[in-house]
Amino acid sequence: MRLCLILRRKNLMYICHLIFKMNHKKMKGLKIIVLAKQVPDTRNVGKDAMKADGTVNRAALPAIFNPEDLNALELALRVKDNNPDASITIITMGPGRAAEIIREAMYRGADKGYVVTDRKFAGSDTLATSYALSLAIKKLAPYHLVIAGRQAIDGDTAQVGPQVAEKLGIPQITYAEEITSLKKGEISVKRRLERGVETVASSMPVVITAHSSAPECRSRHAKYTIKYKHARSLSELQDTSEDYLQLQKDRPYLLIEEWSVEDVGADVQQLGLSGSPTKVKKIENVIFTAKESKVLSATDKDIEGLMKELIENHTIG
Amino acid sequence: MANFYSDNKDLRFHLVHPMMKKIVQLKEMDYAEKDNYDYAFLDFEDAMDGYEKVLEIVGDICGNIIGPNAESVDAEGPVLIDNEVRYARGTMENHEALTRAGLIGMSLPRKYGGLNFPMVPYVMAAEIVSRADAGFANIWGLQDCAETIHEFGSDELKDEFLPRFNKGATAAMDLTEPDAGSDLQAVQLKAAWDEENQTWLLNGVKRFITNGDAEISLVLARSEEGTLDGRGLSLFVYDRKDKALTIRRIENKLGIKGSPTCELVFKNAPAKLVGNRKFGLIKYVMSLMNSARLGVAAQSVGISEAAFREALKYAEERSQFGRPVIHFPAIYEMLRKMEVKIRAQRSLLYETARFVDIYKNYTSVSEKRKLEPDERNEQKKYQRLADVFTPLLKLVASEYSNEIAYDALQVHGGAGFMKDFPVERIYRDARITSIYEGTSQLQVVAAIRGVTSGAYLGIIRDTYEKESFKPEIDYLKPTLVKMTDEFEKCVKMVAAQEDNEYMDFHARRLVEMAGNIIMGYLLLIDSKREESYMNSATVFIGIARAQNRERAEYITGFNIKDLGMIKYNHDS
Repeated sequence: MRLCLILRRKNLMYICHLIFKMNHKKMKGLKIIVLAKQVPDTRNVGKDAMKADGTVNRAALPAIFNPEDLNALELALRVKDNNPDASITIITMGPGRAAEIIREAMYRGADKGYVVTDRKFAGSDTLATSYALSLAIKKLAPYHLVIAGRQAIDGDTAQVGPQVAEKLGIPQITYAEEITSLKKGEISVKRRLERGVETVASSMPVVITAHSSAPECRSRHAKYTIKYKHARSLSELQDTSEDYLQLQKDRPYLLIEEWSVEDVGADVQQLGLSGSPTKVKKIENVIFTAKESKVLSATDKDIEGLMKELIENHTIG
Repeated sequence: MANFYSDNKDLRFHLVHPMMKKIVQLKEMDYAEKDNYDYAFLDFEDAMDGYEKVLEIVGDICGNIIGPNAESVDAEGPVLIDNEVRYARGTMENHEALTRAGLIGMSLPRKYGGLNFPMVPYVMAAEIVSRADAGFANIWGLQDCAETIHEFGSDELKDEFLPRFNKGATAAMDLTEPDAGSDLQAVQLKAAWDEENQTWLLNGVKRFITNGDAEISLVLARSEEGTLDGRGLSLFVYDRKDKALTIRRIENKLGIKGSPTCELVFKNAPAKLVGNRKFGLIKYVMSLMNSARLGVAAQSVGISEAAFREALKYAEERSQFGRPVIHFPAIYEMLRKMEVKIRAQRSLLYETARFVDIYKNYTSVSEKRKLEPDERNEQKKYQRLADVFTPLLKLVASEYSNEIAYDALQVHGGAGFMKDFPVERIYRDARITSIYEGTSQLQVVAAIRGVTSGAYLGIIRDTYEKESFKPEIDYLKPTLVKMTDEFEKCVKMVAAQEDNEYMDFHARRLVEMAGNIIMGYLLLIDSKREESYMNSATVFIGIARAQNRERAEYITGFNIKDLGMIKYNHDS
């Protein structure tokens, strides 16, 4: 994953180890796009979590908002707190039911959402996914910020955000923890690295990926929840017997748009299995077992022996 | 992710009560605001779904922020620095989370940034917050003050203060003084009209004021010079930005330590009059107290729920004599009694909240249009019921929460006495509920009117007794009818003495007898909608019958002449 840390391309970025003072000048009409993914909740894994072939059994796990995408949403919402006329648009790629996480984001303050959905996307790896997402983002141009979670808990690749930036030809700031300042055309972001933090600045537009150390996402807002609880995508409206069909017509903000391959203008060859160079070679089941324990007495001899052993196997020292 | 709303099915059960259809219809004025506000409800189903979704937010914040913060808030408490109260870190975080989620000013109309919630879901939110942290519940619950300004203030006053609540303004009700506690008629804090600056000025001392350094304070003060009783008192709003208040100290309390209790000195503090002069105590504070009592009842139920859950968990985990202690009769009986009492007090809480809802909603409707005669009768009927149910509820709920917290600690054995488990905090927090907003003894003074006027008997005989129940549980009804006969007989016996002091002497016994019968019926009625209440109703009525018999025995066997042996006389 070190690759993601390399900062490059047209807009020269400079790294500075100064901590920027909070400096948020109000920006008019700031447009923020948040990339989010609906994932199986791998944190609450039961016995049916994996299928016999070693792949994730999505049906057995509850679908949730990918945790670091919630951090990404919170970063976006904080920008909006300081710039009330900013807009936040969520894009998610997945099956029709992924509209759930768009609603979830709306309940917290997002303004609009798109589900990029099509059977032809099925089987897409990170490269094909970032291709599709970058096309969707282009459709929404001009935009200022694209914020995504660092990685999704179902794949842990951390590739989609950086690949989207590459495809859009704009800079990227990964591992973001806090947006420390936002002025016209320039943004400063604090990054959480293995051995510390650094603050970097970039021009905009820019792709930011949020680290789990970024602030936790706020809870739903009562008014937005009541306002958007009838938000539905077209396929949801077709699938279920909805009582409020007329509502989405009268209140267009309640319609969650769905974009197909044609809508984003994608080349089918670059999607799905044909557009995905990643191949799963082998899946190993790793079972953690405890090894036998050793009982030591509190004598100097035993303690010295243990110290030696720990130094030899590099546990300490 | 813990959720204190969705992990408790009894809450939803009370939320979806059949009477809600009427309450919501009135509250939403036939859904007239749906085209003016994008968060106004479209119809009944939409409103119920909306209440539930909002309660889920409350449950989420309580389960994941407020609950986990409770211990550190209790340990840190608020501090006084440079005449300002600083909340504990957790308190700040709690308040910010609720403000950010739009959960302050929930019951206010949308016009003022509120959610236009009826009492039932609002009280439910209060119960949930109290389960998470009873001390913090006070700070959140003081949004009740907004309701008083809304109900009685001028349009100007409403426009100035109400929209601030939804943005997170904190509030306080400054009533008590060193020499005016239970007896508020003795309030001395002086309000004088300053002709030059065209404002009221407040001077004097207030004591035991919860959240005394709030942004918006309602202050009871003597505006009529030379008067001595309640008719000389008016209600004022004081705005903290005027900085005319000295906070002498924050009290060091047994429980609810997160909630700052202050002693305040007003020095020429500018203030605005709420409503009319002289109505401060007799009308506005009485109304404010009624909603505060409902609030304390909700707090009591929340505390009971928290205590019960701690006890249940401990009893399942703790093993002695080779098995979990929950398997011993002495322990499981305690737990079952706690659970049944919680259900009983909760049923009484939401029954009362519904009564308040109906009459208050009729009042709001009457401001828009003339009520039909039958609507006016209903309004009066429910107002009377709310008036006698509120003190009964406050009495029962707060006393139960103390009993439940006591038993919950007992279930923990020695471990419960240590600071290691949350139950010791819950036990300390419970203690105030039967004291503030009117002690239990004062609730009895108010509730005895429901006994002597026949109001309790009226609803028992005319409404509850008319219900029919499932055949498998219908046999309990004659028991309740017998208990009612017994109650009626006792009331007549005491009343026949025509001695007010004698009535006061037996008042608590009589009020509690009525409470037991009412809660017995409520549980029985609940069992029509939810089977598991059959068990609760059976257990509760069994205990209640025995308790009432004991009280009846005492009353019928008591000779009025013996009152002298109980009384303390100055010369003896």
